[in-house]
Amino acid sequence: MNVIFKIWRQEHAAVEGYFKTYEVDGLTEDMSFLEALDHLNETLVLINEKVIAFESDCREGICGQCGVFINGRAHGPHQHITTCQLHMRSFKDGDTIVVEPWRAEAFPIVKDLVVDRSAFDRIIQQGAYITAKTGTAPEAYAIPISKEISERAMDVAACIGCGACVAACKNASAALFTSAKINHLNQLPQGRPEEHSRLLDMVAQMELENFGSCTFTAACEVECPAEISINSIAEMNARYIKAKLFG
Amino acid sequence: MTLDAKIPEGKLEDKWKNYQATSNLINPANRKKLNIIVVGSGLAGAGAAATLAELGYNVQCFCYQDSARRAHSVAAQGGINAAKNYQHDGDSVWRMFYDTLKGGDFRSREANTYRLAELSAPLIDHFVQQGVPFAREYGGVLENRSFGGVQVKRTFYARGQTGQQLVLAAYSQLSKMIRAKKVEMLARHEVLDIVLIEGKAKGVIARDLATGEIKRFVADAVVLATGGYSRVFRLSTLAVGCNGSAIWKAHKKGAYFAAPSFTQIHPTALPQTSKAQSKLTLMSESLRNDGRIWVPKRKDDGRKAKDIPEEERDYYLERRYPSFGNLAPRDIASRAAKERIDAGHGVGQLKNAVYLDFKHAIERLGKDTIEERYGNLFNMYEKITGIDAYHEPMTISPAAHFSMGGLWVDYELMTSIPGLYAIGECNYSDHGANRLGANSLLQTSIDGYFILPNTINNYLAGELGAKHPGADHPEFMKVESEVRDLIKKILEVYGHRTVDDFHRELGKVMWHECAMSRNKAGLEKAIVQIKNIKTEFWKNVKVTGQANEMNTELEKALRLADFIELAILMCTDALQRDESCGAHFREEYQTNEGEALRNDDDFAYVSVWEYNKGDFKLHKEFLEFEYVQPTVRSYK
Repeated sequence: MNVIFKIWRQEHAAVEGYFKTYEVDGLTEDMSFLEALDHLNETLVLINEKVIAFESDCREGICGQCGVFINGRAHGPHQHITTCQLHMRSFKDGDTIVVEPWRAEAFPIVKDLVVDRSAFDRIIQQGAYITAKTGTAPEAYAIPISKEISERAMDVAACIGCGACVAACKNASAALFTSAKINHLNQLPQGRPEEHSRLLDMVAQMELENFGSCTFTAACEVECPAEISINSIAEMNARYIKAKLFG
Repeated sequence: MTLDAKIPEGKLEDKWKNYQATSNLINPANRKKLNIIVVGSGLAGAGAAATLAELGYNVQCFCYQDSARRAHSVAAQGGINAAKNYQHDGDSVWRMFYDTLKGGDFRSREANTYRLAELSAPLIDHFVQQGVPFAREYGGVLENRSFGGVQVKRTFYARGQTGQQLVLAAYSQLSKMIRAKKVEMLARHEVLDIVLIEGKAKGVIARDLATGEIKRFVADAVVLATGGYSRVFRLSTLAVGCNGSAIWKAHKKGAYFAAPSFTQIHPTALPQTSKAQSKLTLMSESLRNDGRIWVPKRKDDGRKAKDIPEEERDYYLERRYPSFGNLAPRDIASRAAKERIDAGHGVGQLKNAVYLDFKHAIERLGKDTIEERYGNLFNMYEKITGIDAYHEPMTISPAAHFSMGGLWVDYELMTSIPGLYAIGECNYSDHGANRLGANSLLQTSIDGYFILPNTINNYLAGELGAKHPGADHPEFMKVESEVRDLIKKILEVYGHRTVDDFHRELGKVMWHECAMSRNKAGLEKAIVQIKNIKTEFWKNVKVTGQANEMNTELEKALRLADFIELAILMCTDALQRDESCGAHFREEYQTNEGEALRNDDDFAYVSVWEYNKGDFKLHKEFLEFEYVQPTVRSYK
């Protein structure tokens, strides 16, 4: 199959970017979207051009490293998948496909389709852990946890940190990402001792990083590859009030 | 140099305790004077970096990804083993030790393997404490399932995302120590060489992948936690960035490489569908708890799965291995699949697959139970193939997966270079010639959290009074300029073929000659072919872009250059080992029933290779079995 890619090219953060059009043939429907970009890059090398920088690693939807805006949607036309899980069979022969990096002030562009998501790491560093050293653990059965709580924690712990929630949000809010980690740890008994400081520190860091505020449009939950619900944000807000009152 | 594994004195169950009781310690005030480099941020790397920092050392941790959280441990699906005996089904440290040793076809050290089983139970305690949401029963206790090669349920799991949950726990702990300013995290940095001063590892040269800048990093010890090298086959279950460059550079600097040809082919990956494919997606082995594997009895059967009646289906694993059935170990399940596919019974588009069928499990347990157990795997399968596996069987196929081989390490996880350690998948330690399912997360975590932080002090104690070279030491300058020269050389070739094109060619040779089954003539031919690929690569590869910018093509080229050399060693190793054991199946050495024929009289040793100016010299670490008598490894 043949498609026309309109792809964002930008040498680095300090220069202006632009869209460049590539007519690509020789694709097959079984190819993943990223394999189509691989294919395009190989043809670029052969005509002495620089390859398009884009990120990916596991290519099975779990590492969270890939992620681009495709035809105006984070991770492309389907809900709840990563870019690496998108296949060319989702497009028609002759389609024009517009590919851009995540757009958010907190995610500066590094090059072409690659952005810097280290703001997420810094939010995690502000308390998304249990302060217990290796070697100090009690017997695992000493902490019984109901199946319901464990499953609920797992629902949000599934976040892959790809940033699609931020990219999909008109305010570029990181509320879904931040809430997922807070709700994972704060509802488990292991996370209780630090629940308030964790929440307040992480939210403060989220604001420092210049993410926007959440206005509950739910655009994030539509795209989230881990299917994290916007309820997670409501739960974080409830916990926030509790932390402010009792923290 | 002689190979001293430094196995401690005492009975098997006392060795680790005896080691800890007698190794050198460093007092807390002195630990903060010592710097340690950790390369890699997966379960081994992040676990080690966080734990070493908690102990008071200064740590610099490197990863090539944009964040430590993405290391490929994240992709392990099924679970992590531990000898907790929570299921009351006869499990014990001894049984787990025996299963692992047997699973590896008696090609690993007793003392290492025992330690792995011994430390497994406290590791589960550790991860529960760190907030890992393991699967639970309604009463609040932990749930277990079973994996290949064992008859008990000792696998702990978090849906089909166990690796993700464990690596996120390690990343949390790492983040804690970054906040405490005890770890400096260097994401998007790829280590391109190791620096030795007076024979000891004293630092690394790394490239900042965002800017292309080459930097020098000095330390008192260097820990490699760089994962597996099965991407040498190109098509594998590994992440596309996984590479063997750091361990290969270490090998060329004098670190011995053990059992390089021991690589595991996983039986349940999604089949290849096109030439452009960049990777193969794994479907967790846990699916074999409830799924049944079959092919049509009739050759070249063109019918759809649902049209093939029960009596015309060949459940070949249940037929050949009645006591383990669908849970036969990976090497055996992969070979059995290959045997059926080669005999013309393969299914799927390219006839390169077998069925994994949940029909009976859904009838027996209901769709809800199957969905709860494997829901995300079924979703993933549907996303990639467009097929709903609740209604028709999955098609699966063997794929290159884990590397049991790696840098040779002693009981302390130190390589043959003093001060250079290798932990996790990049070493050769506990798995022998075949790794059991759910032992990978276990080994990598234990190396990082429990073993290395208790052994590195034994070496570092001697470094306290030593001179601390600066980054301007002539040896650092020399290695840095070698790295720059290599990059320049690769860019200057500017030939006519892409890096991926060479990688596909290499992968094809390796998959045909050095994967599930090997033979003398094929391996000899492969070595010649790979040497030709190497020559052609350096004459005709083409990399565009510059050295001093983000250049993903250059990154791939540097990794492939090392894979090509490693592939030669893998074939050399497979050729030298005139026996079949575990994942290493030499066609010349098999029983009448087509099972691996091991030769303990001549090959009860680990092949340990020394790099010698482009050639390789063999050393042998003889394995002594004091507590377990090696038997024929049967799963019938």
